[in-house]
Amino acid sequence: MRDSGLRDIAIVSFAQRQEAAIRDESEVEFMVPLMAQAKADVGLTQQDMGFTCSGSSDFLAGQAFSFVATIDGTGPVPPISESHVEQDGAWALYEAWVKLQCGDIDTAFVYSYGRSSPGSLRDVLATQMDPYYVAPLWPDAFAIEGIAARILLESGKVSERQLAEIASRSRENAASNPNAVRRTPKSVDEILAEAYLADPLRPSDIPASADGGCAMVLAAGDRARELCDRPVWIRGIDHRIDAHTLGVRDLTTAMSARIAAEKAGVGNDKIDFAELHAPFTTSEAVLIEALGLGDDVVINPSGGALAAHTMMAAGHIRFGEAFERIARGDGDRAVVHATAGPVLQQNMVAVLEGD
Amino acid sequence: MGTGSGSKERTAVIGVGQTKYASTRGDVSMAGLLREAAYRALEMAGKTWDDIDAVVMGKAPDFFEGVMMPEIYLAEALGCVGKPIMRVHTAGSVGGSTACVAASMVQSRVHKTVLTIAWEKQSESNAMWALSLPAPFTTSVNAGAGGYFSPIMRRYMAMSDAPELIGCMVAFKDRQHALKNPFAHLQQKDLTFDQVVESPMLWDPIRYSETCPSSDGACAMILTDEASGDAHDGPVAWIKGTAMRSESNSYGGRNMVSPRASEECANDVFAQAGIHDRRKEIDAVEMYVPFSWYEPMWLESLGFADKGQGWRMVEDGSTNHEGGDLPVNCSGGVLSTNAIGASGMVRFAEAALQVMGEAGEHQVDGARTAFGHAYGGGAQYFAMWVVAAQK
Repeated sequence: MRDSGLRDIAIVSFAQRQEAAIRDESEVEFMVPLMAQAKADVGLTQQDMGFTCSGSSDFLAGQAFSFVATIDGTGPVPPISESHVEQDGAWALYEAWVKLQCGDIDTAFVYSYGRSSPGSLRDVLATQMDPYYVAPLWPDAFAIEGIAARILLESGKVSERQLAEIASRSRENAASNPNAVRRTPKSVDEILAEAYLADPLRPSDIPASADGGCAMVLAAGDRARELCDRPVWIRGIDHRIDAHTLGVRDLTTAMSARIAAEKAGVGNDKIDFAELHAPFTTSEAVLIEALGLGDDVVINPSGGALAAHTMMAAGHIRFGEAFERIARGDGDRAVVHATAGPVLQQNMVAVLEGD
Repeated sequence: MGTGSGSKERTAVIGVGQTKYASTRGDVSMAGLLREAAYRALEMAGKTWDDIDAVVMGKAPDFFEGVMMPEIYLAEALGCVGKPIMRVHTAGSVGGSTACVAASMVQSRVHKTVLTIAWEKQSESNAMWALSLPAPFTTSVNAGAGGYFSPIMRRYMAMSDAPELIGCMVAFKDRQHALKNPFAHLQQKDLTFDQVVESPMLWDPIRYSETCPSSDGACAMILTDEASGDAHDGPVAWIKGTAMRSESNSYGGRNMVSPRASEECANDVFAQAGIHDRRKEIDAVEMYVPFSWYEPMWLESLGFADKGQGWRMVEDGSTNHEGGDLPVNCSGGVLSTNAIGASGMVRFAEAALQVMGEAGEHQVDGARTAFGHAYGGGAQYFAMWVVAAQK
């Protein structure tokens, strides 16, 4: 961020749904109730929104221009001011936040969704790699993370037991989250007894894939205070990307996450909890260090993306989880993070705070 | 809508870069294609990668190249390691929407200088296949976009009593314009009007020569804030207004010929730019015309002509580069070059080049205010901007 004279923008409502597999409904069908709920919670209709932005992927939907069908769920008649990113919904939120910073609108609607269950996501994600030198080898996503995990372990920064502790805590936290998919508790020793799936990663180190999505309303300044009792303010937000070529970056850290955290002001005040889009236990270990989160910060009270990984919405849902927690008084200040690409290549970091 | 009172940062276009467009740019990778456009934009702006604070990239469906979210792979090529990159995708209007999003990054004062780039490398895959993937509960438009739009054009012809060959006139004009643009894909210097008329009928009323080609290519722009625009030692295009609108593909009473989203988007952008008499005050138009008949249709929808009268502007040569009072698509337009994801941005960039006085042989003499336009989906997504030589 460049200018300190930015407007105060808050999250004022949020609705989500995540399940292991949504088989009998299309993306539009399962998004319509979420869109309606997020708007109804603050008494707004689509026509009250100054801007609308969404995030999704054609590769998951298996159809070009798939988002064109989903826009119907918003009720875009009369026409709406609207845009879409082929990125996690966290970046749709960012685009809406920028639009609100322009000063001529006071409300924005943001939604995102993804359904991975019809295909094999670990293979689909191979098409995200360098199309000339890497993708033709069809490296599966878990194997790439496994290689990175091996480098991380050998660096001595983290042990397999510590990874198992992260997995165990995710399961424990997810037990009380109805939107989580992997909710059965497992001890550290039980996890360490699991067979490797992508050596050195075990099944519990790997995200529980989910289908679903979320919808959210943002509002600026006084408008946010009118719309809800406890708006959750976006105090800072920034995103950065690292090099794609795995061989040219240090996979035991996340330079782009570190820069984004600094720009978002993570170190400026005490943080109560963090919702990190860490699909793998290794991602979480790397992020805690890159974001400079101390031992007193509660990590992923929702269970995080390990417990439910809805591709294209998992980062956006971290914002929603933090919003709900702060709105009900379970903490005042949170760090939120979203990621994209192999081994934490692209990262967004935000600081959220209640009044 | 909002009541915020904040004022936007005035935003300038200081660099435009385009690749040579061709059906197959087999000499470059996707990364190489983007760098070709980006370097040219940086060179014109007198900037280097270090001056760029963020990149906003746009393109049409990932199936067109078979790379999922290609901004991930392009991070190094676009010089954004350690920087922010966004990826916009809003159907055929995407190139225009991407420019609007990039402009908002500067207008909001979040960033100072932004590189925006839109592209397609259609030769990597097959667009007809990508557009025809079967989806549950959806009728496949196996005939592609032409099959979808042809009944709408027929409807316009019936409503306006336009002569049958207006479409051929638009196509011939744009192909002639393309001869003055070295970047344009189609360079048909021996083409005659009769050949356009005699070309095979593809989707009645659209003949082979009345539709766009399939191109590889990229278009980039450098946008910056007011102080940098003022200080810039070179031509500048000032952004006077940007607007995006979307609506449902089908609903009761929807006007398919002049969609409400098109009219409202135009009203918004011209109001921002303080334009009252659109035909008089706009000196050059770059509009998204992938099928010939869309030129008269958009002239009406955008308020450059009265309803039912747009075709007369084509017939009397008003939209010609030479002698026209409202020259349309002097670059050759989408009818001469269609790198799908880039096409919207090309319109916006060509509008900027006109007011910068940098359009070369297809320059409209004395152009001070120009309009860039893009549409997509089932004519349901719109992005527009107005640029001017003066702040």
